[in-house]
Amino acid sequence: MKIGVMVKNVPDTESKIKLSADRKSIEMQGVKFVMNTYDEFAVEEALQLKEKLGADTTVTVFSLGPERLVETLRTALAMGADAAVHLTDPAFEGGDSIANAKVLAKAAEAEGFDLILGGKQGIDFDSAQTLSAVAEFLGMGQAQVVTDIEVGGDNTSLKVRRRIEGGDEIVDVTLPAIISCEKGLNEPRYASLPGIMKAKKKEIKKLGLSELGLSADEVGAAGSGTQVVGYSPLKERPPVKMLEGGPAEQAKELVRLLREEAKVL
Amino acid sequence: MANDILVFAEVRDGTFKRISAEMISAAKELAKKTGGGVAVAVVGNGVDAVAGEAASYPVDKVYTVKSPNLDTYSTQGYAQALLAVIAEADPAIVLFGATAMGKDLSSRTAAATGAALMTDCTEIDFDDGTLKATRPVYSGKVYAHVEASKEGLKMASIRPNIFPAAEKSGNSAASTDVSVNIDAASIKAKVLEVVASTTGRKDVTEAEIVVSGGRSLKSEENFKILEDLADAIGASVGASRAAVDAGYQPHSRQVGQTGKVVNPKLYIAVGISGAIQHLVGMRTSKVIVAINKDASAPIFQYADYGIDGDLFEVVPILTEEFKKLLGTA
Repeated sequence: MKIGVMVKNVPDTESKIKLSADRKSIEMQGVKFVMNTYDEFAVEEALQLKEKLGADTTVTVFSLGPERLVETLRTALAMGADAAVHLTDPAFEGGDSIANAKVLAKAAEAEGFDLILGGKQGIDFDSAQTLSAVAEFLGMGQAQVVTDIEVGGDNTSLKVRRRIEGGDEIVDVTLPAIISCEKGLNEPRYASLPGIMKAKKKEIKKLGLSELGLSADEVGAAGSGTQVVGYSPLKERPPVKMLEGGPAEQAKELVRLLREEAKVL
Repeated sequence: MANDILVFAEVRDGTFKRISAEMISAAKELAKKTGGGVAVAVVGNGVDAVAGEAASYPVDKVYTVKSPNLDTYSTQGYAQALLAVIAEADPAIVLFGATAMGKDLSSRTAAATGAALMTDCTEIDFDDGTLKATRPVYSGKVYAHVEASKEGLKMASIRPNIFPAAEKSGNSAASTDVSVNIDAASIKAKVLEVVASTTGRKDVTEAEIVVSGGRSLKSEENFKILEDLADAIGASVGASRAAVDAGYQPHSRQVGQTGKVVNPKLYIAVGISGAIQHLVGMRTSKVIVAINKDASAPIFQYADYGIDGDLFEVVPILTEEFKKLLGTA
């Protein structure tokens, strides 16, 4: 089975997000980038499938964007991925999810994957759009927010469990297909020291606009239907009203305030 | 008409979901600016009753696509159906709830039509000839302001509990059946079964009131006091990551960065200290109450009302007070 995994890196969850003075952009200086949390589940799942299905299964990781992604591709290689591809070109800059999906789909098409995995969303822009758009561009089936994957006996289908509001759907997926991964699917491994040493020597293939046979007007900012025009901080809440007295008075006063002041009951 | 707003109706178990009534409210607001009407797309098998229900809201038109192959939700089946409605209705904007179904379908259909798509919006407006939205990014640490290109179809998904649900007006809007041949073989991912969670409550993302507990609850059994509180006010029960990691609650109830993002009108955080991981999942809630015995817990900086006290003493009394007020005893 040929497995592709789409990964990206995002600011570490503990990082403070600071806006530029004109609020047009985010200050990325000094921000620590790590592999997107949900992409870690995707890489781990690919590696577990490879262990289960045997040596003729390959895992190739993909990433689209700036040079800092190379570090995340190396992390995936150190975890055990076989090959890595970095999609990079000045023309890709400023792309929205759908424009980025065009590039990723083109790169994946050339590889002829049976299965493409990725995180359920990037915890930077939180759009959860890209993989679904890639599936559309490739004409593949998809299942999103998946917490369990079982490979069918003949390796041509999967039975997956995906989370929906108030429950789960059990979905039969014919391969080739795209699956987005949710927390609970597995416990991502740490890269081993020999893995890290080996990953340093592996080549990371670079592909740009012309190698992928794309034109500049269909990708990046030029190929995007949406653009971010600015940012704003969260609204400050007024200071908390601490309720006085013993538990009985506090409870009574809270109920009164929720009804009479906040008017939510 | 190319200035109409089309709402994708989310139907589960033959029920027109509340989120779709919220989207009708959003569509009505946008239609005032675009000068168009509001239409609803109802997709499925045996959905005549739901289509009739959709037509009873203050909308101008209902489009239906019916097929045995649309019996359960599938991305590809529903996308084909919705694309046919879009071709027939020629809307300016298509709205979806930012739910599992809405997010899944919107990105697939946006890719298919080349539409501009904004997901998970918390504010939306049509101004200066285009769709403008505000959406939380970086796990809700900041808001991004996003605009769609003026030309072409636009799509957006909007979070639950942002717009009030539209009320039925006794209307009977005109209905058009759009005929599409949905080939079973074109659906590569098929739902075999829907397994409902055993909690018997609304999902935390859909609830108007959420009561969440942290590790201070100390055990799965102790969550019973939160279940009782939730019963008294018709709430759903959530949990912090610490409580989920400790095994007190399932991950499906986790509120926060690696769980669910909720936006209820009332959020009651019980024994939750307020780590950033949790705050990003709930801080857009309209009113926040924190109950914690550590007066310096960060959660109090984000709360409207705070009780500095022992949750095991306060919560049962609070439950009784709610019952008295609401007559839910």
